[in-house]
Amino acid sequence: MGTNISRRQFLKTGAVAAAGLAAAGVPKVHATESEVDRQLATLIDISKCIGCEACVDACKEINEAKFPKPRKPFPKMYPSRVKAEDWSEQKDVRDRLTPYNWLFIQHAAVSIDGNEKEITIPRRCMHCVNPPCVKLCPWGAAVQKKNGISVIDQEICLGGAKCRNVCPWKIPQRQTGSGLYLDILPSLAGNGIMNKCDRCYNLIAEGRMPVCIESCPQDVQTIGHRKEIIRQAHELADSMKGYIYGETENGGTNTIYVSPVPFEELNEAIVKSEGMPSLEPIKDKMSEANNLATAFLIAPVAGFVAAIGKYYRMMKKGSQ
Amino acid sequence: MDNRTISSEPKVGLKIFYITTMFFITLSGFAQLPIFRRYYLADVPGLGWLDQFYVTHYIHYLSAVALLGIVFYKASEYLLFFRKTHRITASGFARVTFISGLILTGVFMALKNFPGYWFSKNTIIVLDMAHIALTVFYLFAAMLAVFSGKKWIEKL
Repeated sequence: MGTNISRRQFLKTGAVAAAGLAAAGVPKVHATESEVDRQLATLIDISKCIGCEACVDACKEINEAKFPKPRKPFPKMYPSRVKAEDWSEQKDVRDRLTPYNWLFIQHAAVSIDGNEKEITIPRRCMHCVNPPCVKLCPWGAAVQKKNGISVIDQEICLGGAKCRNVCPWKIPQRQTGSGLYLDILPSLAGNGIMNKCDRCYNLIAEGRMPVCIESCPQDVQTIGHRKEIIRQAHELADSMKGYIYGETENGGTNTIYVSPVPFEELNEAIVKSEGMPSLEPIKDKMSEANNLATAFLIAPVAGFVAAIGKYYRMMKKGSQ
Repeated sequence: MDNRTISSEPKVGLKIFYITTMFFITLSGFAQLPIFRRYYLADVPGLGWLDQFYVTHYIHYLSAVALLGIVFYKASEYLLFFRKTHRITASGFARVTFISGLILTGVFMALKNFPGYWFSKNTIIVLDMAHIALTVFYLFAAMLAVFSGKKWIEKL
């Protein structure tokens, strides 16, 4: 099968194609800095925390209504390797993250100026600036609010736990026997709902503080726009000759810890296990694919240029 | 001008590249759902990467770059060489529509993955569902085309 082409046709179609490409436009692929700066962040001054767990109590109390209420017995799930995760009989567990405990106090025995000291660290969702749990949820059940808070919608979460898998700190916790999967294919797909700190987004929407901040007798936490919180964190770190965690981890989070002890030391000293996140440096997990995404702009141009090149070669061949 | 002719049949190399791209983009796309470990596919030797979500995400993007290159190459080629002598078949039109929809929804989904981009819950769900539905429609149309021998374009 063949066809003839003329120079006029070449110029005409080439111009149309080029105009089409130009009209398609180039989407803006980087948000303005101010959009991220305006996200809500918290500064956690570890030196002030006494580990009283008032924040844990307040968190448990205010979120009681949000906690999963599983139906039992759980539907049998296939294949048999799929295990139920049930915390409904262990609601009082408070030394790790569970579907019923979205904040816990981590303990680290360290040495400061030669003196042994126990450091206590409130741990919960870091609320990443670009949260993988939200961005990679295949179903839209995890969302990031305009103020940067990431929330799992328990009405539509199927409990596949991909959010936990992609979270660098493995924060979300699953409870089987609850949620939408029960109404779809409970034996074959899904496994409950995922649960984590939602930073009391509903209270914030009413102009109130998250309860962990409000209930703290030591004023360990401060909340504000990210840019201001980062500024305060650096000021505080400078004043105590301390260290910062969360500013750059996973590309930046909205939970900024300031500690008098290096985080490498704290990370060594804490118990790290399921539901007990680390304090290790975390590279930006979304950045590799996002960097590659810039090639989405180059590929169409390359395809167009290749076709033009082919046409040019044909023209040259024809004129010889 | 006689030797300025070109076949509307894609070269074998390009065909293989396209099929490989479509295979990996579809596989890595479905791997975004947390099902491959549950249903033992990721247990198959050599397929362990299927439940590594950051790996499949990257492969999906890589395949998307290749697909965009091929699509724009073939679209430009059609406009340059065949627009006046060939027409797009019904099968070709269906596939072009589905691929265009996939690219459009895919671009928005990729945009969503950049920091600071806020999409409402409903928008994300619509994009996710549309992307999956368009994939299924495309696969169905492609299979029909293979079995019926329908080309993308045909001579007027």
